[in-house]
Amino acid sequence: MSEARIGTGDIHARVQSALKNAHLQEAYRSSTLRLYTHRLQAVSELPGFEHLRDRAQALKRQVMEHLDYYLAQFADNVARRGGHVHWAASGEEACGIVREIATRAGAREIVKAKTMLSEEIGLNRALEAANIRPFETDLGEFIVQLSGEGPAHIVAPAMHLTRHDVSALFVKHIHSEPTDVPEQLTAIARCALREKFARAGLGLSGANFAVAETGTVVLVENEGNIRFSTTAPRVHVALVGIEKIIPRLADLAVFLRLLGRSGTGQKLTVYTSLLTGPRRPGEDGPDQMHVVLVDNGRIETLASEKMREMLYCIRCGGCLNTCPVFRKIGGHAYGWVYSGPIGALVTPQFLGLDKARELPFASSLCAACRDVCPVKIDIPDLLLHLRAQAQELTKAPRPPGSPIGERTAMRLWAWAMERPWVYTLGSRLARLGQRLFARQGWIQKVPLFPLSRWTEGRDLPALAPKSFRERWKEISKQ
Amino acid sequence: MIPGPSAPKLRVALFITCLGDQFFPQVGECVVQVLRRLGVEVTFNPAQTCCGQPAFNTGYRQEARRVAARVLDQFEDADYVVAPSGSCTSMVRVYYPELFAGDPERLRKVEKLRSRFLEFSEFLVNILKVEDVGASFPHRVAYHDSCHLLRELRIEAEPRRLIRAVRGVEFLELKDYQACCGFGGTFAVKFPGVSVAMAEDKLRAAAASGAEYLVANDSSCLMHLAGVIHRQGLPLRTMHLAELLARQA
Repeated sequence: MSEARIGTGDIHARVQSALKNAHLQEAYRSSTLRLYTHRLQAVSELPGFEHLRDRAQALKRQVMEHLDYYLAQFADNVARRGGHVHWAASGEEACGIVREIATRAGAREIVKAKTMLSEEIGLNRALEAANIRPFETDLGEFIVQLSGEGPAHIVAPAMHLTRHDVSALFVKHIHSEPTDVPEQLTAIARCALREKFARAGLGLSGANFAVAETGTVVLVENEGNIRFSTTAPRVHVALVGIEKIIPRLADLAVFLRLLGRSGTGQKLTVYTSLLTGPRRPGEDGPDQMHVVLVDNGRIETLASEKMREMLYCIRCGGCLNTCPVFRKIGGHAYGWVYSGPIGALVTPQFLGLDKARELPFASSLCAACRDVCPVKIDIPDLLLHLRAQAQELTKAPRPPGSPIGERTAMRLWAWAMERPWVYTLGSRLARLGQRLFARQGWIQKVPLFPLSRWTEGRDLPALAPKSFRERWKEISKQ
Repeated sequence: MIPGPSAPKLRVALFITCLGDQFFPQVGECVVQVLRRLGVEVTFNPAQTCCGQPAFNTGYRQEARRVAARVLDQFEDADYVVAPSGSCTSMVRVYYPELFAGDPERLRKVEKLRSRFLEFSEFLVNILKVEDVGASFPHRVAYHDSCHLLRELRIEAEPRRLIRAVRGVEFLELKDYQACCGFGGTFAVKFPGVSVAMAEDKLRAAAASGAEYLVANDSSCLMHLAGVIHRQGLPLRTMHLAELLARQA
């Protein structure tokens, strides 16, 4: 399985550096708030939105329960319309297939539509290693390709950058004149990309949906770069995660109404492309259409009755925009290409809990994500499940400053909570102990984990002189 | 309707919560005071400790089950159990079924307990059918929804109705009132920087509202928010809903 771009170092270090970066904080605050507000507005204007969410969830459930059937149907229909179907068990295999297609087509340059799956499998680096140059054509992806970073957000890859940052990047990499005007920045990118579209021998896209009934790849976007990438070059390759299947063309009506509204607050995105096979005689479009169906950990997820729900995700980014933790730490702190609440599920699930053990814990479990999810994934519940798995399968690292490990501490805690006399004795001892630290009912610093972490940024109220149970003796007589 | 003196008294077993027991016993006293004022008899089982949520939310389900199993036994015979916490109530009502999914016998007990385990404000409004509890508090008050109360139990209107019915209260709605305060259980000590930053957002909203008091139904959120307020010396006070409802002129 691909381990592309798993963040270096410790998540806590990344979080701390994000919290200290006021510039980054403002970029995330303003962008997420804008998308969040637009979503609210769009949702309020569509009666029956809740019903659509239920419908979408039911459809996704149906697909996951019969994925073998729908995948075969999809593959058959792609082939029937003249497309080529490839199956990739892993990211490496998928990269190899794309490389092979490019080589056969003689394509040295590739224009890429935005695809999270290609980020997931580390496609760009695999292509570069084979001397094939991938050019990102989505404005946000174009920007983060210049900056050498991964996407900061599922739908807004350059969310962490302000227009000033973008201008500086353009000046440095494409020698443009500095400007803070978004329209001018867009024009600069557009100009730089035009020639790439004309020259590229292959256009690569992802897929928002793959319609089993017709073998259609559905793509939504706002910039027109996807339509350009999939029609101008002679060869089109669509990288499709196997969870992207929907049964019928009519089901698109459900998902398209949810996707735009949930992601950006749009009723529909500016372009919606339905691609069924290569061009037919007398038509424009690519001579070849290849569909690469990628597993890369999805079948293993499908096998888990609990985690299967994670595959319902249509990558709208809504949970990121509403997540108070994402708003504070941003996308890169999550360490891999997927971030926010859904990333905290996908990363440990796809890469292994040993590689991302802390991610399921990077949530206050406030459940705001669950309320906005267009396919009603119970994200907090799945996070709790992964937390339980993390404790079962791996050992929690001993927190700094703690005399005992977390598991030992929890066992001791449970032992005490099962015995009211131990609980009472413990609280009495704590009352004696806190005399060393408490001043006027408050404690400012405790050199013992976990209280040491509590008092890093806030005070701790002292235990009450008498517990409720001690006071109950008098209260009950009143 | 409040049961009159002739009606048989409603009996309520108080689930004080471990945090309330140890840090905020006055909250429990206020719950007792308000319930008694409304003619309810309150009992307290001193064998109770914790609902098990700290272990459950940190992924230690075995430990959580051991602690939670005691709750099932202790409150088996109670007519109603009332807790001054949305968080512990949602643990029992929403997460106990999952915690005991593999244990049919305990699951039956969970099902029996779930319908009788209520959060303080919903017990007042939905069971006792009371909104005006006779409290008086001439101050500007904002309300903070705890996430478990709001999104697990969907209790949003009840506390607001109770607060609005308090004499002299000027009720203020917080901007972005649905946002989490950042407590999050062990999240508060696993990611303390993020946790505090989220509290700062909440407190900025409270300051902007002009409130003197920030009221919530969960001592955990309040402990966290009050900790930041005290550290930073902010001109705002926190108060549990029960404390507000116990205030009389």
